[in-house]
Amino acid sequence: MARLSMVEAINATLHEKMAKDERIVVMGEDVGVDGGVFRATVGLIENYGSTRVIDTPLGESAIVGAAIGMAIYGMRPIAEIQFEGFMFKAFDQVYSHASRMRHRSQGLYGVPMVIRAPYGAGVRALEHHSDAPEALFAHVPGLKVVIPATPSDAKGLLSSSIEDPDTVIFLEPKRLYRLFKEEVPDGDYCVPLGKAKIVREGKDITLVTYGGMLSICEKAAHHAASEGVEAEVLDLRTVWPFDVDAIVASVNKTGRLVIVHEAPRSFGVGAEIAATVAERCLLSMLAPIKRVTGYDVIPPLSKLEDYNYPDSERVVRAIHDSMQF
Amino acid sequence: MEHMNCKDLIQVMQPDGRLDESAVIGVSGEEMHRMYRLMVFTRLWNAKALSLQRQGRMGTLASVRGQEAANIGMGLALGPGDWFCPSFREYGAMFVRGVMPKDLFSFWGGDERGARPPEGSRVLPVCITVGSHLCHAVGIAWGAKISNERIAVLSCSGDGSTSQGDFHESLNFAGVFKLPVVFAIQNNQWAISVPLDRQTASETLSEKAAAYGIDGVRVDGNDVLAVYLTIKRLLDAARSEHRPALVEMVTYRMDDHTTSDDASRYRTEEMVSPWRSKDPIDRMRKYLIANRGWNDESETNMVSELTAQVEQAVKDYEAAPLPQPTDIFNHMYADTPWNLAEQKEELLRHLGRSER
Repeated sequence: MARLSMVEAINATLHEKMAKDERIVVMGEDVGVDGGVFRATVGLIENYGSTRVIDTPLGESAIVGAAIGMAIYGMRPIAEIQFEGFMFKAFDQVYSHASRMRHRSQGLYGVPMVIRAPYGAGVRALEHHSDAPEALFAHVPGLKVVIPATPSDAKGLLSSSIEDPDTVIFLEPKRLYRLFKEEVPDGDYCVPLGKAKIVREGKDITLVTYGGMLSICEKAAHHAASEGVEAEVLDLRTVWPFDVDAIVASVNKTGRLVIVHEAPRSFGVGAEIAATVAERCLLSMLAPIKRVTGYDVIPPLSKLEDYNYPDSERVVRAIHDSMQF
Repeated sequence: MEHMNCKDLIQVMQPDGRLDESAVIGVSGEEMHRMYRLMVFTRLWNAKALSLQRQGRMGTLASVRGQEAANIGMGLALGPGDWFCPSFREYGAMFVRGVMPKDLFSFWGGDERGARPPEGSRVLPVCITVGSHLCHAVGIAWGAKISNERIAVLSCSGDGSTSQGDFHESLNFAGVFKLPVVFAIQNNQWAISVPLDRQTASETLSEKAAAYGIDGVRVDGNDVLAVYLTIKRLLDAARSEHRPALVEMVTYRMDDHTTSDDASRYRTEEMVSPWRSKDPIDRMRKYLIANRGWNDESETNMVSELTAQVEQAVKDYEAAPLPQPTDIFNHMYADTPWNLAEQKEELLRHLGRSER
């Protein structure tokens, strides 16, 4: 075990995976000599060379499109998009091809590829550097979407994503990159995709969240506990296909649900979870489902960022609303 | 041929069938007959497909009539381990690479199972979104180069694809990383209703290669020998020297864009007619008659044999059992996630069935 930040855990995972599997190629803008703008790929080019750690020209569509071709050929490409907001140049490749090639070829060609991108707000960044587009990817049939919330999970989920036979959109909450360190398992360590984690057990209310919102929910749960409310905190880890059994089990136990994500509310991941719970847990419900999310606005620049980015007070307020219903 | 300007048109056989024999040394009479035969087969298949579409026995089709030389020339130019990344007007080339005629009927007849290329064929399925598959060709070539496999990749797309960002990004990546990929363009002068001069202000498409530091070549796309020899040379260079290239095949779309289109809305017979005398199949036939002992009898025999093959493919297509409703859930992922398993059950309940 080593104490690592999330970005260090991601870097360590890439090193370990590249050492073991020659099919793995890391490609993207500034991932080589510079080691990535967040240093997630630092040291890779020194260890594995510029043939497998590729500084590409600035062209997201070809980065992802070429990675698709590599995956079809038999490589295991890991494409980095420098910021989530630049992903849309490659959205056609993701939407029209990465997600469809297996079906289009009727099983002949899969696209075992990971697209990594720093994700989300909370770091006082420029426009297009603070977006939360996970629902856009989750809505595309054929994709998987993963967002880790801790350094250990970043390692375990990235490992599983690299080994997955299909395309995984791996979004890394940039606010968490260096927020805290924890003990991260050495060597092979996989966290299975599609499995949520109960981060805190509770009997009164369920908080479902992921990524940068997990620590905020934990803080809110801690506060609620001081008021005598035991909140269960569920980290989805895999945003889609999410762990429906874990969500349903928890809500059936508590009868109350607050979904927390930083992405805009309407048509968001929370809407899908709310619909799923409404379909399955209606008779267990004691209060309406609440959503604490970013508003349906463009992620604000630094001066107003905190008004949009959910904090624990907003979560606590939602817990109060639900408990007092 | 080696030192031609990228704007010059490479042609070895003129429309009247006269051949520059010195340019085709190494191509046997047998190979020429095969090229002819494959072009005729492609035309017969295409005509049958159009006929099936009009009878409601097949769906929308993008006709390849007039572009058979480009198709067969590039298909035959590929080496055994090479990959081929088509768009949607490359049936002839796909047949050459082992795709079954019945499967393409099936695909255009609305059955996804027909899109699956044969195992080991190294052909990608038809790509409908224009130009996006050039990136895949780049990636396959890149994978091969990284893996030290000595093969080349050939993509094919239309003149309209050269306006896409993915065309630019793909050629740029191929040039920067010196990838073993050849980008073939079937310049059939039309992107549905939009003529070439609305796609580009460049004099030729081949000259665009210069901007990416790769070879650019322009070839008479209705001259099957010129297409074959040119692309073979480019693929050889890609394979042995990691030298990417762009090749413009100048041809003409003789039919509507697809069976859903009506070309009379945007082009006149006066525009089309000059191309009738440049027909790729007539040209080769004239040559074979004048030089290779081809005659009416051999023509009749071949056409009836190929027609029988096409008819058999139609029978096989129409005799195939219909796909199962739940096939729509197949191949979405390697492993079926819960939501798809549930939705499949839902469809089965709706259909009143309990399994499959």
